[in-house]
Amino acid sequence: MKRRDFIQQATAATALVTIGGYGFSSFAAGSSTKKITILHTNDVHSHIDPFGPDDSRNANQGGVARRATLIENIRKENPNTLLLDAGDIFQGTPYFNYYGGELEFKLMSKLKYDAATIGNHDFDNGIDGLYAQLPHANFQFISANYDFKNTVMDTHVKPYQIFIKDGIKIGVFGIGIKLDGLVDKKMYKETVYLDPIETSQEMTRILKDQEQCDLVICLSHLGYHYSKSPEKISDLNLAKSTKDIDLIIGGHTHTFLPKPTVAQNIEGKNVLVNQVGCYGINLGKIDFYFDSDKSKSANGTSIIV
Amino acid sequence: MQKNSFLIIAIICLLFSCKQEHHLSKIEGKQIPVSDSIALDTEIDDFIKPFRDNLEKDMSKVLSYAPKTYHKKDGNLNTAIGNLMAHIVLEEGNPIFNKRTGKNIDMVLLNHGGIRAAINKGNITTETAYQVMPFENSIVVVALKGQQIDSLVYYLSKAKKAHPIEGLKLTLDKNYNIVEALINKEKIDSNKTYYVATNDYLYNGGDNMKFFKTNDTVYTLDYKIRNAMIDYFKKVDTINPKLDDRFTQIQ
Repeated sequence: MKRRDFIQQATAATALVTIGGYGFSSFAAGSSTKKITILHTNDVHSHIDPFGPDDSRNANQGGVARRATLIENIRKENPNTLLLDAGDIFQGTPYFNYYGGELEFKLMSKLKYDAATIGNHDFDNGIDGLYAQLPHANFQFISANYDFKNTVMDTHVKPYQIFIKDGIKIGVFGIGIKLDGLVDKKMYKETVYLDPIETSQEMTRILKDQEQCDLVICLSHLGYHYSKSPEKISDLNLAKSTKDIDLIIGGHTHTFLPKPTVAQNIEGKNVLVNQVGCYGINLGKIDFYFDSDKSKSANGTSIIV
Repeated sequence: MQKNSFLIIAIICLLFSCKQEHHLSKIEGKQIPVSDSIALDTEIDDFIKPFRDNLEKDMSKVLSYAPKTYHKKDGNLNTAIGNLMAHIVLEEGNPIFNKRTGKNIDMVLLNHGGIRAAINKGNITTETAYQVMPFENSIVVVALKGQQIDSLVYYLSKAKKAHPIEGLKLTLDKNYNIVEALINKEKIDSNKTYYVATNDYLYNGGDNMKFFKTNDTVYTLDYKIRNAMIDYFKKVDTINPKLDDRFTQIQ
């Protein structure tokens, strides 16, 4: 904490000096920029193949083999990339009915997904059906507000995961939707749903205050916003009720956004909320630039969407 | 003197920042369409291929024929596709239920939202059954007293939706009040037990169908709705579902 105070003071000093007219450009030459790329999908719903040419809405769109090419090209450009999924990996094509999610998880592992949260349809073969497919998944499942203690999923899901890319510390936590009334109890069994806002506050306390993460990302399956029940917990409501979250990656409502939403958190600071529709038709890409040059960062963070 | 101390602090600060402290300065966000202009990753595609081939072999199997397109929006309180679904549950489910219990299914109730796709004019394939019914729900038969049937009928009158039914005939007035409700062409007897076929999702309260929980007995047939559809399509050369007067509103 002490070091933080010092840096804040020092920043003030730099600003003063700059105003005083001292040329610091020679020092600034030693500054560096780091770029972290976050790629994301949601509600892919077992859409492994692209839509057929006769589909009325999404003809020839999507498909895992094309998404793989796209992701690979982005990783070549920036190896400091994370690939995340916001849930509802399962259900929607016969691939799921036939193979129970095996192929979905195997392909996500081949595409080197880093983490995924759990959507309501991921319980469609019961919690045992989800558990049975875990050996095919080489990525971490994260959910902070599903307590799986009394289920087979116990110890297989983490509340959060911290990634370090190019020295930048990124904390990602998962938030799931209320299961009661949406999923048959015999499917989710003894999974306990915890309050999303309280859980997120606990997560940001851990990730920001304790772990000092440079970036905090919430991987959510709450849904973007419910116009008919505006008070219902959603990504937009979560954004304004919490602090220290930089990005909420959403799912569930299959929302196609013209561009990522810039929302304000409880402290009036910006939070980016994004969701990319469904069925693997789109890939979300958010680039975070970190600068060592104080005079630049003192101006705040610019958001280009 | 003051200038020097500023300079020293500033230099320390820069040294620190260059080595350790990075601050978020810019965020750029966008969405990239996974369009057909992107090349396939051949390694991934080759990996999918055996799964796809196996699936397509089954999915493309022609089971029956649809002379028209049947959509769940074609109709007010009953639809041709919904009537077909309810009929399939009765026709395919009753022999199993009867063999196990010696009883017969009196009526069927499904939900309108559970019809997930239209049946398009042309060949009906296995894939059609998967599109219309992607979920793994199974047929259950619930023994309900006449009183619970009244709750069921009341639910239907308030839902104002073409929830598929068979065996029940329900007429509403223009204010959605119940005019007549008949099972097997007879008035509902409050002391009688009726056997209602539905699926396990609805039995467990899906679509707010709470009336199923107050029941005498529930019989699980271990027979998926989709498999019942496939079995029916295999038997029937050309389907011919129709709108009728089973669930109507007097204008």
